[in-house]
Amino acid sequence: MNERARNVGLYLAGFASLFAIWHVAATWIIPSVLFPPPWQVILKAVELAEDGTLWEQSSASLARIAIGFVGGSAIGIPIGLAIGSFPIVRRLLEPYTEFLRFIPATAMITVAVIWFGIGEGSKIFLIIYTTVFIVIINTAAGVSAVAPNKIRAARSLGASPMQVFFNVALPATVPYILTGMRMAMANSFVTIIAAELVAANNGLGRMIWDSRLYMLVDQIFVALLVLGLLGFTADRLFRWGIYAFAGRFSPVT
Amino acid sequence: MSLVQLSGVSKVYRSLKGGDYTAVRDFSLEIPAGEFFCLLGTSGCGKTTVLNMVAGFEAASAGSITVADKPVTRPAADRGVVFQGDDSLYGWLSALGNIEFGLRMRGVPAKERQDKARHYLELVGLKGQDHKHPQELSGGMKQRIQIARVLANEPQMLLMDEPFAALDAHTRASLQRELKRICRATGKTVLFITHDIDEAIILADRIGVMHAGPASKLKGTVPVALSDAERERTHDRFLEVYREVHAMIRDEVALSLERSQA
Repeated sequence: MNERARNVGLYLAGFASLFAIWHVAATWIIPSVLFPPPWQVILKAVELAEDGTLWEQSSASLARIAIGFVGGSAIGIPIGLAIGSFPIVRRLLEPYTEFLRFIPATAMITVAVIWFGIGEGSKIFLIIYTTVFIVIINTAAGVSAVAPNKIRAARSLGASPMQVFFNVALPATVPYILTGMRMAMANSFVTIIAAELVAANNGLGRMIWDSRLYMLVDQIFVALLVLGLLGFTADRLFRWGIYAFAGRFSPVT
Repeated sequence: MSLVQLSGVSKVYRSLKGGDYTAVRDFSLEIPAGEFFCLLGTSGCGKTTVLNMVAGFEAASAGSITVADKPVTRPAADRGVVFQGDDSLYGWLSALGNIEFGLRMRGVPAKERQDKARHYLELVGLKGQDHKHPQELSGGMKQRIQIARVLANEPQMLLMDEPFAALDAHTRASLQRELKRICRATGKTVLFITHDIDEAIILADRIGVMHAGPASKLKGTVPVALSDAERERTHDRFLEVYREVHAMIRDEVALSLERSQA
């Protein structure tokens, strides 16, 4: 418990130093209206939170991430399992994954807007796009990494190939799937902001873009701060979820 | 009547470049029901290939393999396999979950299979470790779980591929004693692969010595008619058998070293 308290303390100290350096830099080293110090940004954040703007813009971005992330994972996991399990499927689908994963979602923004408009459709498409390949590749890698002896053991204990898939290959792959999803989550944050910067009616990206038009630098910093916080929180929740619900699937060779 | 019969078995591995590799050629062996048979050989002599073929993991290129008069075509629950490493255990299942795995796959009701799994957990000396996961257990304990997992499935025979090779000397010695006890109690037929002469003499009813690879086959067999008291490394009768086996394998070890350096 003592060690845990110490670790949390160090963590908080790390965060505090981040804000302290920011404060020193903005107040004394580069004093400029273009670089607001933390307290000014926090005051602005409180103001935006009170009038509801902050909640409105963050929830718009988060909802897009959530829908696209869940959708992309739901599509990616079964495809990844199929690619990892059947060489025929791998050969058929690898051209797609190996080709498309090098076209970043940000490059697809204009196409997405032309196809689906500037509403939710294009954003969700982009988040699915940015999620699906990384989940597919990690899942397929996970299936291939299952120790052959695990499968041999199951077969000689009387399991059918179908039982081997559901009782050995799938659970052994869970850590890889979760890792892929965690990486996809980080990608989703990048993609949603880029998409909203280019074309959106609301969201944190849009908020940054609008603030730029009116030179509301402190408002831009509020959006950046919130993004950092949301990303951090989402990742922590995901990690916590892995430990709480899937700790027994921790990677074993 | 022999439970296991291998006659004229060969295994050739095709390679994409270069020549084919013949691991075993014209290998014949019969193991009667209830016998503890140790297949002894130098590294690279193809002993694991023989086990993999009996297990049904790999198909023989020529010859026939039957277990209880049925040709071996694929892995099945009548031949339980214990592997050398612990990577065959399921990390997401508890000790008990691993042991009851085979019974679960074959649709045995929960209560019955848990009772049976607990029985075998006790038999291998892990009473009370039901809920531990493999990664919480020592190397020796993990091998015990592998043995219990196979026994709980009640196979006709056990195939063991150097199951104690990765353990420290003390753990190995105690597991050897226990395996001997368990096999005597259950009357299982065992094909046990090892490169350790001591281990073979401690465990076996009969030892088969293989030629050095490649294209290896059985050089000869040595019966081990020793009592438990005589299966001690310092006992005269033990040393007698040791000398006999050693005389048979000595040249093969030299040959194997020569070939591996060539």
